Amino acid sequence: MLDLLFRALIGGLGVASVAGPLGAFVVWRRMAYFGDTLAHSALLGVALGLLFEINLNLAIIVLCVGLAAVLVTLQKKHIIATDTLLGILAHSSLSLGLVAVSFLDDVRIDLMAYLFGDLLAISQLDVYWIYAGGLAVIALLVIFWKPLLAVTVNEELAKVEGYPVESIRLLLMLLVALVIAVAMKIVGVLLITSLMIIPAATARKLSKTPVQMAFIASVIGCLAVCGGLWSSYRWDTPTGPSVVVCAALLFLIAYTLPFKRLGER
Amino acid sequence: MSKCLVEFDKIGISFDGRALLDSINMTINEGEIVTLIGPNGSGKSTLIRTLLGLQTATTGSVIRHESLRIGYMPQKLHVDPTLPLTVKHFLALVRGVNKKAIEPTLDKLGIAHLLNSQVHVLSGGETQRVLLARALLNRPNLLVLDEPVQGVDVNGQVELYNLIEGIRDELGCGVLMVSHDLHLVMAKTDTVVCINQHVCCSGTPQHVTGHPAYQALFGVPGADESIAIYAHQHDHVHDEHGDILEQDDHTHCHH
Repeated sequence: MLDLLFRALIGGLGVASVAGPLGAFVVWRRMAYFGDTLAHSALLGVALGLLFEINLNLAIIVLCVGLAAVLVTLQKKHIIATDTLLGILAHSSLSLGLVAVSFLDDVRIDLMAYLFGDLLAISQLDVYWIYAGGLAVIALLVIFWKPLLAVTVNEELAKVEGYPVESIRLLLMLLVALVIAVAMKIVGVLLITSLMIIPAATARKLSKTPVQMAFIASVIGCLAVCGGLWSSYRWDTPTGPSVVVCAALLFLIAYTLPFKRLGER
Repeated sequence: MSKCLVEFDKIGISFDGRALLDSINMTINEGEIVTLIGPNGSGKSTLIRTLLGLQTATTGSVIRHESLRIGYMPQKLHVDPTLPLTVKHFLALVRGVNKKAIEPTLDKLGIAHLLNSQVHVLSGGETQRVLLARALLNRPNLLVLDEPVQGVDVNGQVELYNLIEGIRDELGCGVLMVSHDLHLVMAKTDTVVCINQHVCCSGTPQHVTGHPAYQALFGVPGADESIAIYAHQHDHVHDEHGDILEQDDHTHCHH
């Protein structure tokens, strides 16, 4: 049992550490709904992965990136408002995923685990995936931090100064897709975005610079994972939702108590 | 002869068959301050965006000198309130910036004390200076300023224009700025190009303000409340019939 908890903790901390910094970008760029759409489509990725017997993580990443590309193309055509477009894609891809899963007669999958996550069910292999994907995300964030931030602050200035704006935007979508793929095991497709947004939003209250905010978001995400796991162990609550509730509590605390920003007197 | 940094060659831009710009020709030389002027919706910003590569021209082309390096100052800065960002960090985002140059640049613009301020709390004038600092840190030989004095009071506007002129004198760079009136910018400008979809008229400020096309758009200079600002232009006196009298020097201004 303790072995199981330990593995869950290691996996959860890995996911929270990468979801934090990326969540900061999602918040800054107002991509919350976009993240949600990609996350919802991840279930379709799972179904397709099982159907064609390819690695599920890979299937999710490919599907998310594909969907992101479709989204950007449709956005440029200005046929309908972006939020409507996101709503259509999010829910139709989720439904499509649910329908596709129902066709998989010979494979028994735990739908609830995919929708809401089941941290206690992660395997050693899952942990490896989380850390491989997580390290890739962190490495890309560190290497491309300045261009990513420059494009986020002001795209036009960045473009005039010669940053490859389109590629950077694509990179950010790829990173979001990667995080969704590795985080799905922990909190499920319906709750992934919350693990990115809530710690980042909480960190905003406490930080003065972008780097601070990204770092604090990681720490808060980790605290939420610990708290969620603990309550899950103590009261037998579902782990995914417990982690999210914990994050929401931390958010409430940060915004109701008179905290000062780091470095402020 | 200073080198020509940018030449617009018959630039035309249209959306859904509606022409925004039609056959615009103009040039900007090194060391020259060019002011682009025109009413709202005349296509000033569109023309600037074409130069910056943010907008593609439907017809014609922009010929850029191979040495061209643009420092761009947008109209305003919107940074999402969820993004904590100090002036220092904002300026450090310039591509390939020399971080040692940040403080001296702020010093030169008189805003050294803002180094650690959050960009969200700056006043209009402070924001404009920070944006100007960012443009300068790109080590430009052409400054492109889109309505640089927007949201700044009259005194602040005069100071900003002085600053821009000082930068031109110091760096010898070209300056292209957009303005929707000429009153304050007049004295600091070498060339004025007045556009309204097409080039209405261009030349020295004195020439343009006397041009019928300019007066049709902006009225006769001195005919409105801005007369005080123009007083220094009246370095001549009129007789009862409105004819200009000969004078030996410019110091006697009898009104």
